[in-house]
Formats: sequence, structure tokens, C-alpha cells
Amino acid sequence: MCGIVGLFLKDPAQRPHLGALFAPMLVEMTERGPDSAGIAVYGDAAPADGRRVVLSHADPAHDWPALAEGLSELVGGGVGLHVIDTHAMLTVPGPDWAPLADWLATAHPDVAVVSVGDRLAIFKEVGSPASVLDRFGIAGMAGTHAIGHTRMATESAVTTAGSHPFNTGPDLCLVHNGSLSNHNRVRMRLRRHAGARFATDNDSEVAAAYLTWRLEAGDTLEQALEAALRDLDGFFTFCVGTRDGFAVLRDPIACKPAVLAETDAWVAMASEYRALAGLPGVETARVWEPEPAQVYTWRIP
Amino acid sequence: MSHDDTAPPRLDAVWGQRESHLFDRHTIHEIHRAAREGMYRIRGFGAKRRLPHFDDLVFLGASISRYPLEGYREKCDTTVTLGTRYARKPITLQTPVTIAGMSFGSLSGPAKEALGRGANEVGTSTTTGDGGMTDEERTHSKTLVYQVLPSRYGMNPRHLRMADAIEVVVGQGAKPGGGGMLLGQKISDRVAEMRTLPKGIDQRSACRHPDWTGPDDLAIKIQELREITDWEKPIYVKIGATRTYYDVMLCVKAGADVIVLDGMQGGTGATQDVFIEHVGIPTLPAVRQAVEALQELDMHRTVQLIVSGGIRTGADVAKALAMGADAVAIGSAALIALGDNHPSLADAYRRMGTVPGLFEDWQAGNDPAGITTQDPDQYTRLDPAVAGHRLANYLRVLTLETQTLARACGKSHVHNMEPEDLRALTVEAAAMAGVPLAGTDWIPGRM
Amino acid sequence: MQTVDLDAVPLRDLNARLHDPAQVGRIADWRVLHPKGRHNIAVGLDAPVTVRIDGHVGYYCAGMNQHATVEVSGHAGVGLAENMMSGRVVVHGNASQSAGATAHGGLLVIHGDAAARCAISLKGADIVVRGSVGPMSAFMAQAGRLLVCGDAGDGLGDSLYEAVLYVAGRVKGLGADCVEQPMEDADRASVAELLAAAGLDDVDPAGFRRYGSARELYTFKIENVGAY
Repeated sequence: MCGIVGLFLKDPAQRPHLGALFAPMLVEMTERGPDSAGIAVYGDAAPADGRRVVLSHADPAHDWPALAEGLSELVGGGVGLHVIDTHAMLTVPGPDWAPLADWLATAHPDVAVVSVGDRLAIFKEVGSPASVLDRFGIAGMAGTHAIGHTRMATESAVTTAGSHPFNTGPDLCLVHNGSLSNHNRVRMRLRRHAGARFATDNDSEVAAAYLTWRLEAGDTLEQALEAALRDLDGFFTFCVGTRDGFAVLRDPIACKPAVLAETDAWVAMASEYRALAGLPGVETARVWEPEPAQVYTWRIP
Repeated sequence: MSHDDTAPPRLDAVWGQRESHLFDRHTIHEIHRAAREGMYRIRGFGAKRRLPHFDDLVFLGASISRYPLEGYREKCDTTVTLGTRYARKPITLQTPVTIAGMSFGSLSGPAKEALGRGANEVGTSTTTGDGGMTDEERTHSKTLVYQVLPSRYGMNPRHLRMADAIEVVVGQGAKPGGGGMLLGQKISDRVAEMRTLPKGIDQRSACRHPDWTGPDDLAIKIQELREITDWEKPIYVKIGATRTYYDVMLCVKAGADVIVLDGMQGGTGATQDVFIEHVGIPTLPAVRQAVEALQELDMHRTVQLIVSGGIRTGADVAKALAMGADAVAIGSAALIALGDNHPSLADAYRRMGTVPGLFEDWQAGNDPAGITTQDPDQYTRLDPAVAGHRLANYLRVLTLETQTLARACGKSHVHNMEPEDLRALTVEAAAMAGVPLAGTDWIPGRM
Repeated sequence: MQTVDLDAVPLRDLNARLHDPAQVGRIADWRVLHPKGRHNIAVGLDAPVTVRIDGHVGYYCAGMNQHATVEVSGHAGVGLAENMMSGRVVVHGNASQSAGATAHGGLLVIHGDAAARCAISLKGADIVVRGSVGPMSAFMAQAGRLLVCGDAGDGLGDSLYEAVLYVAGRVKGLGADCVEQPMEDADRASVAELLAAAGLDDVDPAGFRRYGSARELYTFKIENVGAY
């Protein structure tokens, strides 16, 4: 139960200002979710044939260089490290992530993988949205789109791992306001038949993993979301990011709030209009509430 | 079928034949009834099957290690203050037993008046229900809790301001996740007008509020009610017992002053039998989970907990309090105290095809006791002064019994009873209540 | 005229002043600056004052209004004028879902669009929407009138009781037990009256259709089980 914001920049000239435009939107959603906050930023692509990996550790003084060193040995060098508060953003060369994930889980079991992708970086922490934005310097970040979440935990713990956005496949992230009513069986099905691994017992992670499964099976983002309408039950508003896409979906009853606004320069969504009210040009934007069970997507051309 | 399958079954068993436990006569009758009517069964009252309950707990009276208080002489305080978290005007009750929300519509006007009179006599509160506040009710209840329900029938800001506390109803123990129901027989002219409905229709109330869902929205709704009433009145949130631990946490996060937790045994005016008997968890485990959630948030006693669902005796009251409740609410028991199911009405009940003790058709609008009816011929039989006094007597007995048990455990206030004063008689009660099985240190699931 | 800047004073102060008989008895016109989407602005008013809000409001603006006129220059959040009893609430932008929920009386005018479940469980108020309304509008509406100059979303009037709906544009779909009914003279008078009350002189009163309850779901019938 939470607040959601998403911003997708159509106008390339705006991209250096993504974080600056986005941060105040998330702060507006503080009352909806004071427990924790998370932000997904789609920035520059990782170096060719590599990926961007964000890790977190409860201790801000964690020995990240040692971990980067270990990774470097595995991939033959070229690992980049940038530490921001409790998170470490790494660039890791090489095409195959799975063995590295296994190594991490074994060699550094206390380190959490926050996101893996080419352009995606997720930052999330327990605490107020303003403090989380500040700790990670989100306002200074550039990129094409960003998705954020403020959380009031319902049935799972208030932890960093339980915070949104959830990243379950390369460059995919999902935030959710609502409550799924059949996530336990979906989780089991994804575990058994899609090899999905789950870090939490959060229903939103199941929704993210479901979309990853559909996308890996060859669905377009639109098809994956249509399928989600058939297979996921309950009340939900999702905002989804992919490497080059941005999507919004509400369940067929659509009780959880959502509002969209679009101009030639950007598309923005939020749980409440107040999060959009400060965007440049919002006065002349098309403003509407997404219809129940209708898939809305945008793509970087 | 040509035979009359509504005829009462012959109860004489034939020697050597065995009744199926699975397909007993009640089950067979229900299958016949469903096959005949094509409609699920709607009835009043609460769950009728055997459920783990407070009966399976006993108190450890004082002996040598603890010292009891003298009955009648040494004071055992029973006052309860509700709404201390945010409300500028918390309410104080003289007994930890309150009257649960029951609507005018499901109950007659004289029945509502009698509840108010009885509650006043002992210094406790009554609660409105679906359909709004009646003048009789406000006049006769010194302390009145005003419910804000999904249907918002008769919802009126004037009444909100006239109330002493506000209760946002999310669910009730008889049907967590279900809406209310009032069958046409009970939609009289006055009820129809209060609810803005055509007379005589079968009214289905909403199961969700029209303008909020979930805890984030609830927080804003609670703020609205506080703003409208200038932060004076305690705001309760009433939930049916299901995912109690999480629900209680979310009520606290959403800003409730008081949480009303209604267990599965809670009564109803009219609900599907399948709902009453198969949805929700019993009061016993629900109380434990609620208190654990409050303790986890360090809000126990700051956000007060009122427990209802199957409270009948002072023993039930005392055990609920010992497990951590601040007060209890009674509904079915209060109606019985007013005269529901009384043996003196045996002839009238027989004419309706039932007997005193088994009457459950509170939904039907036909009640010889004049309580669950809107028929003037029937409700005028209930003298609100006499019935109210009966209720007051019953409430006094509940209070005295509660004090008796508290004193026996050496407590000068009923809130000083603790789960450690309890032992369980069955393994299931030990597990659900989180207290040791009598004669052991064993709490199933804890070690 | 009294101006209250919500950047300078807390919401509690504004509402407390608007509830204070001494202040609203003395000051008839109020202006609220910098609402910034805050929730519960001008709720529970009970006096014939006018409150103009410069900007966007959050949930439940003008909730349970009695007697007052509340005018919002921007967009309104969920539950605008919920359970209004009397008075007048006007929003120049869009209204989010459940606008006018359970409102018993008074007039709600939305110059933009209203989202899902507009007029849910309506209990006697009049609602005029200059734009369109979202899906499931007038769900379970019991009494009162909803007039929509634009289109209506899917499931219009589902489980309707005695409320009456007038729509000028396209209706995507009717909900259970909601049917189109002939426009009588009384309906034409109703439409004209509502448009005049809302000050919408540029809308042609001739183009409206009437929708009401077929009353088939008023009593339980097993044959209707598919509609529940």
C-alpha cells in the first residue's frame, strides 16, 4: 500500500534533468508510504558487452573494493565500482551474469542484489522518501525514465529487500500499489516452471517475476501486461520500466488511485495528481486516470 | 418430489442404524432445502459450530506465591478510557463491556432504546449500525459510537458531530470481506427513508467503502473524520478477524485511536450461513495476534483494543482482558439479555417452526420478542425500560464476574490481568492463545 | 475576504477556522492559497460561506459539505464532496475517482472529467459533469441526478436504485439493471434545470438520454444470479 510515481522523458533535451524533475514527485507521495522508498533510474548504457549491477549491504562501510576485486578475478578485470551510501553500483563486463550471481550468493551472502541491467539502477532504503532521495543523490541523476515508490508495508516486513522497485530480470522493474490475492500460487508456478528465484515474500516481486517470465518467453511488454490481467488477481496499479519502455496497468476494478499526464516532452504517472503538479508544462498536459484493465505503454524511439 | 421435504424429521433412531457423521440429518436437510429453493441460506446469529474459545482457558488464582484481593471490600477498578492516542475528548467507561454496533433496521426502535438504557445504567457505550443514527438512540445512549460503514446509509455529518466516538467499519467477524444484508421484510417506510431506498427491496450493502480501499487511503479517510470533528472524538476502526496481525498493524499505521476486533463467533442480523461458518478466525487466536501486533509497534494500551465475538460471561470478559484487550463488546448476548430466545415465548416460536434456544431467523423480520423486527405489532411487545434494565443487570453480572476473577489473581485493576495468569486446557487453545498447556511449560509453536 | 495560505498555516488551522461559528458568521468569503494537493481541505463545513481554493486539492475536498460553496480552480483528488449534504462544490479541473460518493444533497459541478465511480452510492445530490465520467459511474446510486455532458465509461449505473442519469455523449456500456428510458417532459425540465444550476449555458439541453433502473435486481431471484 503505497505511493507510486513514474516519469518518462520523450524530449532528449530533458534527460540531464531526469533526477531533478523526478525527486520532488516522489517526495509528494511521502504520506502514502512512510516506511521505505525506492527509485529506479534508467541512465546511460553499461559498457559494451557488460552490465550495470547495484548491490546493497546493511553496513555503509562494507568492504566493496574487496568484493569488486573478487568479481574482477572471475571476469578477468574491468569491473567498475561506485559506492553510494549503502549501495554499490558496479559495471561488470562479460555476457553471462548467472554464474556471477551464484558466486555472489555463496561468497557474499550478506550482500543483496538490488538491480541488474544494462541501463537500470535501483536504489532503495528504509526511511522517508526525502532522506532516501538525498542519500543516493537521485536529483543529480540523468536518464530517460525513472520509477519510484513509497511504501506502507501490508503483509511483509519493512526491510530494504521488501522495498520497491523490484527487479527480476535484466532492466525490468516494477512498482505496485495494491494487494494481489493469488500471488502465492503464481510464485510457486514461476519457481517451478520458469526457474524464478525470489528474494522476498512480497506480492509485488511476484508480479515483477511474472512479467520477466513473459518477456523472456518472447512476449512484447504489451502482451506480457495483457497476460498479467488474466493471471494476476487482486487490486493493483503497476508502473513498469524496461530498458526502453514505460508502462502503466490497473486491475479490472481499479480502486487503487492512478493518474497520468502527457505532453510532447514527457509522460508522468502518480498515485495522486499532486506529484505531477510541479512538472514543467503540466498546465497544458493531457491529464487522465488510466482505465481499468487497459495497458498503457510508451517506448523510446 | 411429491413428499413434503419441509416436514420436521423424525428424531427416533432405529436400533443398529448409524447416522453418518459426514451426511448427518442437518446436512441432508440442507441439501434438500438447497435443491428445493435454489438459494443459499441467509440467517442471523453467529457461528453455531464448535470452535476453540475462552472456555478452554483457566485462570491461575492466587495462592502462596500471589495474594488475592478481598471480594466486596478491596477495590478492583473496571474503568476504561478509550481514545487516548489522538482524540481531544477520549471517552471513559465504567465497565470494560460495551455494546457492539447493531443497526436500527436490523433491530427495532424499542430494542435500540433498550440497549441505550441498559448501557447508561452501568456507564458504558452503545454503537449505531448500518442505516444511521436515530433520535431515540441518541437520546437514550449517554455514550454513543457512530459507525461509518461502506453503505453510508443515513450517513450525516450532524450525527458525526453528535457522536461521542466514530467507528470506521471495515468488516465484522461473522463475514469479513462481506457486505451487509437486510431483507425486504425489514425495509419498513422508516428504514427505507433513513437509507434512501425503495420500501421492501432486498437490500445488499456494499462490502467496500465507496471512496477508499487499503491502509494508505484509510489514513486519509481517518484524517478527514478527525478534521470534520475537530480532532475531538476517538476514531475506532472495526475489523473482522482474518489476517489479524497485519490488519491491526495497518490500523495503527493508518492512525486509529481504538481497534475493534470482531472474531468469527460474532453475530449478524442477516448473512449467508456459508459466510458465518467458514470465513474468519475465532476470537481466541485473533486476540493474541492483535495484541502481538500492538506490542510489536509499542502501541499496546496506547491504541486501545476492543474484542468481540462470542462474549457471554464474565469469564469470557476476564480472559479477553487478560490476553491484552482493553474492553470487550457484546451483541448477541445483549439481545438475549433483552429477551431474545426466551422460554416464555415458546408458543410463538413453535408456531414459527422453532423453539426457544434455537431461534436464529433475525433476518426475517418476524420476532416474537420484538427485537429483530420492524413490525409494530411485534416491536411494541418489547418494553424498552424493562428490557433495558434486564440488560443493565446482565452487564453488572459480567462486570462482577470479571472483578471476581481479577481479584482472585490479585489485581486491583482488571487491566492488570496478564496472559501469564492463564493456562490452557487443550493443545489447540494453548497454541492459539499462546499460553502454556495446564501443568506444563509448553506453548505449542513456541519451542 | 479572508485569505489563508496553506504554505504558512497548517490545514488544521484552516478547517478549525472554517468550523468556528464566530469566524464564518463574520467572514463570508474565504480564499485558500497553495493547496498543493493536500487532503481534506474545507471538509465538514456547515455554514453558508464561499471558499475559493487556488490550485489542486487531494482526497475528500469539501467532504460532507453543508451549506457552503467550495470552488477549486485546479484538479481534485479522490472522493471530492463525498457525502455532501447541501451547498455547492465546483471544480474547474478534473475530479479523481468516487467524486460525489454517497452525496445526499447539494450540487456538485465538475468542469473537467470525472474518473471512475463518479456518483457511487449517490443518495440524493445533483452532479453535473461538463466532461466525461469514468467506468462504473453511479454504481449502486440510490437517489439524485447525474448529468454528463460528455461520455460515460463502461458499467454505467450498475446496480442502480432510484437515481436518474442523463448522458449527452457515448455510453461505453450499461451496468447490471441499468436501462435507457424515454425522455419525458419532466426529464427535459430536469436537464435544463441542472445545466442552468451549473451555469453551463453553452450546452445544448436537447441531446441528452435518460438512464435508470430496470428494478430487476430489487429482490433476490435465483434467475438473476449471473448479474450479481
